[in-house]
Amino acid sequence: MIAAAFVDPFEALLNLQRALEARLASDWLQDQTTSHGPFPPINVFQQDGDLLAIIELPGIDKNDLQIEAKENTIRIAGKKAVSYPERASVHRRERVAGDFDRTLSFPVQLDPDGIKAEYRDGILALFLPRSERDKPRTITVS
Amino acid sequence: MAPTQELQVQKKRELEGKEESTIPARVFVPTADIYEDRDTLKVILEMPGVEKGNIEVRVEEGVLSVEGRLDLTKYRGLQPLYTEYNIGNYSRSFRLSNAIDQDKIGAELKDGVLSLTLPKLEQTKPRTIRIS
Repeated sequence: MIAAAFVDPFEALLNLQRALEARLASDWLQDQTTSHGPFPPINVFQQDGDLLAIIELPGIDKNDLQIEAKENTIRIAGKKAVSYPERASVHRRERVAGDFDRTLSFPVQLDPDGIKAEYRDGILALFLPRSERDKPRTITVS
Repeated sequence: MAPTQELQVQKKRELEGKEESTIPARVFVPTADIYEDRDTLKVILEMPGVEKGNIEVRVEEGVLSVEGRLDLTKYRGLQPLYTEYNIGNYSRSFRLSNAIDQDKIGAELKDGVLSLTLPKLEQTKPRTIRIS
């Protein structure tokens, strides 16, 4: 039931980290990216022929997030706000705040109507189904 | 008001422990904000992807340690095509300069941001001394 790689949780984590490292800034998406900015960072996975983009975006108000899809292009724009109470003395300020606007072009045909977005625990997950006519077909030899 | 600044990607910092861990997996340091008012110390940590039940907060001998574990089952069956960041568990500790009332530490997790409220003990609060 469970693949051998997932038996030991530490082994599983290490294998996943290695797999992510191996595809770091691979040319699969790079040349197609027509972004305004590099924020937010994105990972793209394949799942049963469809695509899944996982984006780290902690502390965003869902209402400040705008996602647009057109053909094989996705635009993610929004605002990240960080506030401090007025009368506090700040010891460390590492979190960043500001506007972001990023456009990604995928090298496959997407089905724009089937795109779903979910924001949970500071992670934005975009489910990007490939358009039916873009999916590989098995050809029967007659 | 200052013009809005376009966000840049912050490179995720990896934890560099004094001792080498027995597990070779990478651990990341969550981005933190710390501020203090008269009664409390507030520590805000960004740990995207960590669920409520997978966070451990401890105060021991004046050191606050926070650990966050990722749920890897969500990555099962996913084949990476293009990546810009790596993932892993989070860990960070701070030496506290104030005595903290450990029983009253408050923690709230929202959208991957952990907010810790650490109430200062009565004797460590600043007192105004009147000059007679």
